Amino acid sequence: MKSFRGFIIKEFYHIFRDKRTMLILFGMPVIQLILFGFAIRNEVNDARIAILDQSNDYMTQELTQKIVSSGYFILVEQLKPGGDIESVFKQNRVKEVIVFEPHFAQRLLRENKAAVQIIADATEPNMANLLINYTSSIIRDYQAGLRGQAGSPVQINPEVKMLYNPELKSVYLFVPGLIALLLMLVSALMTSITIAREKELGTMEILLVSPLKPAQIIIGKVIPYLFLSFVNTSTILLLARYVFGVPFHGSYGFFFFEAFLFVVTALSLGIMISTIADSQQTAMMFSLAGLMLPVIILSGFIFPVSSMPVVLQIISHIVPAKWFLIIVKGIMLKGAGIEYLWKETLILGGMMLFLISVSVKKFKIRLQ
Amino acid sequence: MSYAIQAENLTKRFGDFIAVNAITFDVKQGEIFGFLGANGAGKTTAIRMLIGLLSPTSGKAHVAGYDVFTQTENIKRSIGYMSQKFSLYEDLTVRENIRFYGGIYGLSDEHIKTKTDFLIRKLQLEDAADMMISSLPLGWKQKLSFSVAILHEPKIVFLDEPTGGVDPITRRQFWNLIYEAAADGVTIFVTTHYMDESEYCDRVSIMVDGRIEALDTPRGLKQTYAADSMNDVFVKLARPQKKEN
Repeated sequence: MKSFRGFIIKEFYHIFRDKRTMLILFGMPVIQLILFGFAIRNEVNDARIAILDQSNDYMTQELTQKIVSSGYFILVEQLKPGGDIESVFKQNRVKEVIVFEPHFAQRLLRENKAAVQIIADATEPNMANLLINYTSSIIRDYQAGLRGQAGSPVQINPEVKMLYNPELKSVYLFVPGLIALLLMLVSALMTSITIAREKELGTMEILLVSPLKPAQIIIGKVIPYLFLSFVNTSTILLLARYVFGVPFHGSYGFFFFEAFLFVVTALSLGIMISTIADSQQTAMMFSLAGLMLPVIILSGFIFPVSSMPVVLQIISHIVPAKWFLIIVKGIMLKGAGIEYLWKETLILGGMMLFLISVSVKKFKIRLQ
Repeated sequence: MSYAIQAENLTKRFGDFIAVNAITFDVKQGEIFGFLGANGAGKTTAIRMLIGLLSPTSGKAHVAGYDVFTQTENIKRSIGYMSQKFSLYEDLTVRENIRFYGGIYGLSDEHIKTKTDFLIRKLQLEDAADMMISSLPLGWKQKLSFSVAILHEPKIVFLDEPTGGVDPITRRQFWNLIYEAAADGVTIFVTTHYMDESEYCDRVSIMVDGRIEALDTPRGLKQTYAADSMNDVFVKLARPQKKEN
């Protein structure tokens, strides 16, 4: 037991004395969270638009006012009739142009019909979609107001409620994904590198010739990373809570239990990789291509799994991060407990047991 | 006379390839035993079987009285090992390395402390005790590496090409350490491809293509093969066909 303690202390020396490791362990979580939290956003703020108002009556002015004051848009230009709309897009001055037809108010009142054209720059499709949706909803809202004044007999008022994330903040989505990504990074990537390093330097041989059992060597190597994973998770949770205002509705105990399942799964993957890879470089390549990409692309972190082609959806089932993500979102945002998440927990636990047994088998007692 | 190592028809096959072909030899306690052979002759495979890293295909062998098939755990406790690759941690200090290796062999804190002080004085590393290994010259690292390999006072120490890449003076100093350990009763099992070093051994075996072709004292070998130096003996043995044809 004492020899085991010395082993872990040694491992911490390796970690604390290597600047790159320290940077990945402690710089990465903070930098990533801040990047994802501030820079990568799905919501629209201050999108630059131009308006071509061929009517310029009280209604188009009211509408323009309503659109500008929504906070989503900044009006950078009033285009002249007959002006070249395309050139504004080509010069990248605006993302959207709204065109009101001539005699807008007059036609609306007389014929109950008036046209407004919304043109968006679809080189960024998601952005274009969002802008169009925001603009349309502002116009619908205005229209509803007019109907109310006119006292139209039949009216359906949809009452929309966005549950769990009423302001549709994307940071709510990114925080759980980021926790999964970083745990994978710290646990799988770092473990595979640190074991490959001992092989590369030849110290693994010395350890295997010593009275330490292979299981002790593996456990000694992963325990520091297990510990650091939890430090990291807590850091992200704190930042998410106090910098980005992401709520945490569920139980912390349950959350850390699930995180433990996921971390052990990731550690086993790291050990598996280290049994294949003989150098740190190979271990890094395997981890990045084999583990990071699935977490980023197939887990639902950035792209929703439900809108993927069926083949990818099926593949995503074997990505542990996908299940972990469902669980974390459930706990953090919905306050769900084991009674709702037992199925996902079982799947994750099953994956963990499977991977542990495979990786222990693969870690050969006798080096070839 | 008791034997530190006894091997009888020890064999290792990898598929059709016979890496070690029925080698038989024994090493007496306290002996410095040179284990020579060209690259690829099967030295490393043989060592790996003896230290419990590789399971033999057939034959018998005992190391420190323990069976290499069934008692590898006991063997590991009784031996020290220094590999071709350098075995200290570059990012730990001299002291920390000694502490770590003492720890994994289960030495008590007290014991490690005395050993550390003793070693640092003996190797004249007083000024370097708290320096990272990476900043030490290769010769120092190798001497320290050897001292660490016998830190837990093993009965036998296996040295796999311990003096690769160092200058003759450092090699000479290194061999002084080996003599000291042997004088204390430690059995030394050493592979090398410096033929002058093989003259320092009590007995030498020469492996060719997986077999032990010769085993005797350096003087005996030179007489048998009518050679002036161990170098000549080695050349005659390693390339006999070419000489005869």
